[in-house]
Amino acid sequence: MDFIIFLFLISLGFFVGGRVERKHYKDIAKREAELLDIPAVTSKELHNLDDVEEAQMVSANVVISLDYFKRFLAGLRNFFGGRIKAYETLLDRGRREAILRMKETAKLNGYDMIMNLRFETAGIGQVTSGRGSLGCFEVMVYGTAVKLRK
Amino acid sequence: MIITNIDSVPGRKVVEHFGIVQGSTVRARHMGSDFAAGLKNMVGGELKGYTKLLEDARAEALERVKQQAQQLGANAIINVRFATSAISQGAAELMAYGTAIRVE
Repeated sequence: MDFIIFLFLISLGFFVGGRVERKHYKDIAKREAELLDIPAVTSKELHNLDDVEEAQMVSANVVISLDYFKRFLAGLRNFFGGRIKAYETLLDRGRREAILRMKETAKLNGYDMIMNLRFETAGIGQVTSGRGSLGCFEVMVYGTAVKLRK
Repeated sequence: MIITNIDSVPGRKVVEHFGIVQGSTVRARHMGSDFAAGLKNMVGGELKGYTKLLEDARAEALERVKQQAQQLGANAIINVRFATSAISQGAAELMAYGTAIRVE
């Protein structure tokens, strides 16, 4: 019985999880193209800070988790060592999504660009009924949105 | 209250420094959203309940920072940073800190 449940969860993760990820990537690519007019930079300096009219901090966060199938694969990979692609794409998705949300907030409030972008990542352990304790991350991103004098 | 995470408030002159201000909050997760997250965990993707929880918690921490700054008579906080630490299973502390200043 346990084995049947396991097989069911694995296939559910494989089919649904894969689709969720592909859909998410498509969505990210589309929104990134739309938000190209709001650059986000990691520098604290601009060429001329006097051009800035207004500044305010903006932030965004995402909690994102692996599907059952990938968590299982990652568990196997943990045993043999090496690159865990499932986590790489997960974190990539999370970070890009967080940046997009931050940019959306900035755009909504009429800001022109974001300075001093910083990331913060935390693993959220032990989600109930998860097999392992990993597979769930919070990604947070923050920066200073500025309005430029036209 | 102007908040930035760079070393100044661009376009404004700093009149007075008040030193560090900080605020934090400790949150545990809700059983209901935890159950939903457990289900969502099977297929992967975003756990919206947790996203909201952490977002609210950070907003509260930042609100406390602002209150502290206001008490000092500041009207801006620069160089704001965030820190997160897991206190025990299912609970986390979210902290924000920065330098309170007064600008023109």
